Amino acid sequence: MAEFYGIFTNCIWKIKKMRDYIIRRILIIVPLLLAISILSFFIMQLSPGSYLDQMRMSPDISEDLIKEMEADFGLNKNVFLQYFSWLGQILQGNLGQSFTYRIPVSQIIISRLFNTLILSFAAMLISWGISIPIGVYSATHRYSWLDNIFSVFSFIGLSIPNFFFALLLLFAIVRLNLPLPINGMTSIMYDYLSPTEKIIDILKHLLVPALVLGTAGTATLMRQMRGQMLDVIKMDYIRTARSKGLTERNVIYKHAFRNAINPMITIFGFQLSSLFSGAALTEIVTGWPGLGKMMLTAVRSKDLYLAMAGLMMGSLMLVLGNLAADIILALNDPRIKYN
Amino acid sequence: MENIIKNETEIKQNKNLWIKKISNFYKNKFALTAAIIILFLYILVIFAPFFAPYSANKNFKDKFFHPPTKIHFWDENGLQTPFIYETEVQEGWAEYNINREKTHSLQFFHQGEEYQIFGLFKSDIHLFGVEANIPIFILGSDNYGRDLFTRILYGGRVSLFIGFFAIFITTFIGLIAGGISGYYGGIIDSIIMRAVEVIMSIPSFYLLLALAAVLPLDISSAFRFFLIVSILAFQGWAGMARVIRGMVLSVKNEDYISAAKAIGAEDKRIIIKHILPATATYVIIRATVAIPGYIIMESGLSFIGLGIQEPSASWGNMLSSAQNITKMSDFPWLLLPGFFIFITVLSYNILGDGLRDAFDPKS
Repeated sequence: MAEFYGIFTNCIWKIKKMRDYIIRRILIIVPLLLAISILSFFIMQLSPGSYLDQMRMSPDISEDLIKEMEADFGLNKNVFLQYFSWLGQILQGNLGQSFTYRIPVSQIIISRLFNTLILSFAAMLISWGISIPIGVYSATHRYSWLDNIFSVFSFIGLSIPNFFFALLLLFAIVRLNLPLPINGMTSIMYDYLSPTEKIIDILKHLLVPALVLGTAGTATLMRQMRGQMLDVIKMDYIRTARSKGLTERNVIYKHAFRNAINPMITIFGFQLSSLFSGAALTEIVTGWPGLGKMMLTAVRSKDLYLAMAGLMMGSLMLVLGNLAADIILALNDPRIKYN
Repeated sequence: MENIIKNETEIKQNKNLWIKKISNFYKNKFALTAAIIILFLYILVIFAPFFAPYSANKNFKDKFFHPPTKIHFWDENGLQTPFIYETEVQEGWAEYNINREKTHSLQFFHQGEEYQIFGLFKSDIHLFGVEANIPIFILGSDNYGRDLFTRILYGGRVSLFIGFFAIFITTFIGLIAGGISGYYGGIIDSIIMRAVEVIMSIPSFYLLLALAAVLPLDISSAFRFFLIVSILAFQGWAGMARVIRGMVLSVKNEDYISAAKAIGAEDKRIIIKHILPATATYVIIRATVAIPGYIIMESGLSFIGLGIQEPSASWGNMLSSAQNITKMSDFPWLLLPGFFIFITVLSYNILGDGLRDAFDPKS
């Protein structure tokens, strides 16, 4: 406990020392997001036609209503004015209205973001839970038959497209008649279930997408962990530990493992940021109502503000993930100094 | 004189180094096998009209979701040349009766539809076919009654070459942007690097989605292919440029660059002749490693309907007909294009790994 407290205070002390660096990094995010918003806004404008064109096709929407909406959403002004009015609204915390859902974008995006975070978190749990033990085993039993099998699996995991793996899993569920859902996040009966049943229901739905995303991450992590472990095992201090007469278990877990896991923490940070991109297709195939699935619907129906919010939210998460990765790395590695 | 001799031995040593690298690669049986598989796939799709029994959009009415045709070698009289039985659609839906009364033998170098390869040579000889033009679906047929094997070969043209073209453009832009940025530094450097940062800060798939949604629907498939390549390159050049810049920065202060400057070489010449070649090994490896990523991205986009559009085939959009779960479990052969993606990506990954091992100076 005392040791843990020591590490904790050490971190606080370091963060204080890094304060200027962190503040500077956060300040850089502001112009970065501004540039991203300009780029995304103009990409969205490039697309032919607008949501209103689709509404004009439908006979039961009157011309007046469309004109009214045009004025509401500011779609009758020129592109630059539209961008600035959008930006102005954003700065006041108003993300605009979704054309398709007819409710504020912020309402949609928060629940979607939450769902994506659940999925990403579950996937990370799976990939770290599997890959660390396997990585250590492979490194300590190098070139054994099990190690070879793991390498083959990691190559397969690395090469199979997520969406195809998801399709295969769904195929297996249908073919083998497994009692697992194949689409969405909740079943139809969800509202009538008790709280524990609700959680079980969501977990069941979570299984396939989390497994797909988790195994995708496992392949890389496993190879990294194996490589790190192999590097550490060659070191002099490991030989020293062995020659002191420590048990092999002690050598591996107290000396080698602790040093090998350090660089993995950086990878953890990068995973944070890359998970969003990776999750999108899996969400679409398995019908998980996350940010990626929302983005697809938004760009398809040209729901301008929803798509913009999705792009901005995804980018913000990515940038914050990178920042977190850098901070974790600095906390973890005493050689790195930020001024 | 002494210098010349020294130079020659150096060249020799360099040559030996390359031979060593290449022989290293040849020793790696996995990587070699992967390279052969990739070569085989490319030959298969380039000469698709010859290897495929039909043209890409030939559809057989009443043959929707036809299961893979069984090729028989034995009948009651013993061993025969390969033959098949004709099938007839049953009253129900996508169920077929096998007519065992008459056998139809399989013909190699069968005379079928006329085709052209690259508009260069015309022919009507296909690798195989069945006498009397009885349809054969060695990998089954799809929802329009089109031969899956044929479409996999034609779709492979898109899927295999999109990665190729995309990495070509990405590398080209990345080299120029990274080279200029690293060499000149200053304002140009900051501008290019800020652009890189912006692109790298948008989740890649979200950016692809937004860009792909821009593409109009009524363009020719060749133009669409080109636009999708551009989209992939637009998203991909940033990472390449950043790394090239780093390498240029480290090479820039070497003595031979100062020497080139001292004898009055132009900047363009220094960048092209001296700096960029130093990055060659890295670029080759990176390109090989990146191609499978592009193949996956293209198939992903086509799968959700934003990439290559019907009736053109790509491995991704062929899978989207399997997106319906009931169809998928009833007609499992619809999943086959996915295995082709998988085999291709696996081979590229193994090849990239082998190249890295062979060419990495650290090993």
